[in-house]
Formats: sequence, C-alpha cells, structure tokens
Amino acid sequence: MIWQLDLAILTLVVVAAIGAITIKDLLGSAILFGAYSFMMCLLWSIMGAVDVAFTEASVGAGVSTIFFVAAVFRTTRRTKD
Amino acid sequence: MPDLISSIVDYYNYLIYITLMMIGLYAMIAKKNLVKKIVGMNIFQTAIILFYVSIGAKKGATIPIIQHGHGEGADEITSSVIKAAEYINPLPHVLMLTAIVVAVATLGVALALAIKVYNRYETLEEDEILAQIREK
Repeated sequence: MIWQLDLAILTLVVVAAIGAITIKDLLGSAILFGAYSFMMCLLWSIMGAVDVAFTEASVGAGVSTIFFVAAVFRTTRRTKD
Repeated sequence: MPDLISSIVDYYNYLIYITLMMIGLYAMIAKKNLVKKIVGMNIFQTAIILFYVSIGAKKGATIPIIQHGHGEGADEITSSVIKAAEYINPLPHVLMLTAIVVAVATLGVALALAIKVYNRYETLEEDEILAQIREK
C-alpha cells in the first residue's frame, strides 16, 4: 500500500462525498455519487482487495448510478437543500 | 502533544473513515430531500465497508492468490509451506462482498419507495410531505 496515493484518493473521496450531499441538483448528486463510488473502487484496489474493487466498479459505480439517474428522471431534479 | 500528533499521523486512515461515516450520518439526519437521505445512507455503508477492508490490509503483503497454484509445478508449491504473513487477509473481503450486494438491494428498494412517495405527494421534500399529511 502506497500511503501518498492512499491519502490523495481518500481526500478525493471526502470531497466527492461532501459534494454529493451539498449540491442543489439531484442529477448532479447522482453523478457525484458515481464519482465517489469509483474513487472507493480505486481505494480498494490499492489495499489489495481486487475482488471487492471489481464488485464496487460494476455494482457501486455502475448499477447504483443508473438507479439514481432513473429515479431522478421519474421524479424531479429539484431539491431545497 | 507529540503523542497526539504521532497518533494522528499513524491512524490518519481511520480518522478519514470516521469523517466519511459522519458525513453520511449528517446527510441522513439533516437533509430534507429523500434522495439526499438515500445518498447519505450509501455513503455510511461504504464507509463501514472501507473500515472492514482496511483491517485485512498488511504492509509488504501481496494479494491473496497463490502464484502458480494450478497447472505445471503445482505439486512442489502445494507441498512447500505457504506463509500466511505474505498474503493480505481475504476474510474481510469476502464478508464485505456480500455487504456491497446487500447495499445495492437496499438502494433499489429505497428508491422505489421514494418514487411511490413522489407519485402520491408530488414532492420529495420531507417537510412538504409532512405538511400534506397534517392537512388531511
């Protein structure tokens, strides 16, 4: 495990998480959540958990983002907070 | 004071996991929008999964696959001693693989419920939904 890379990607994960919950647009929130999941996948491949990284890339970053986008298109993009 | 700083530097990853967990908890409690709450729930889940996977990581260890475990020369490798300290512990990985699949199932059910709520009340904001319920 390379700690410089680990720290850089952990910072990006925190930034993506804060962005996903503060942005005032639900579609943007879904996209930022996809970026968050992909950063998480990178973090797991750094830690050597390649099987978890595979699953997160397909299920977390792929299917979850599609679910969010589908739900936002069926409801509304508007949000107050 | 030097003890505190050195412990912060040593355990920076755990502190960041707790930060992520608190971001998710804050979104679940304080945000009014239902989709934001679901995003917060997912952030909380992945923070816990990250914590568990990091327990299995070791310094100087490789991924838990025995090199040339199959095919030619497999017999001499399996007959020699395999040092477990050279491999990352795969048990947390396997447990958290199940947790990721459960997380996506929870997400699907939560979003389906949010769509149902929107069809009935024409809004995703919690306070507006509660106001509509009180009017009846």
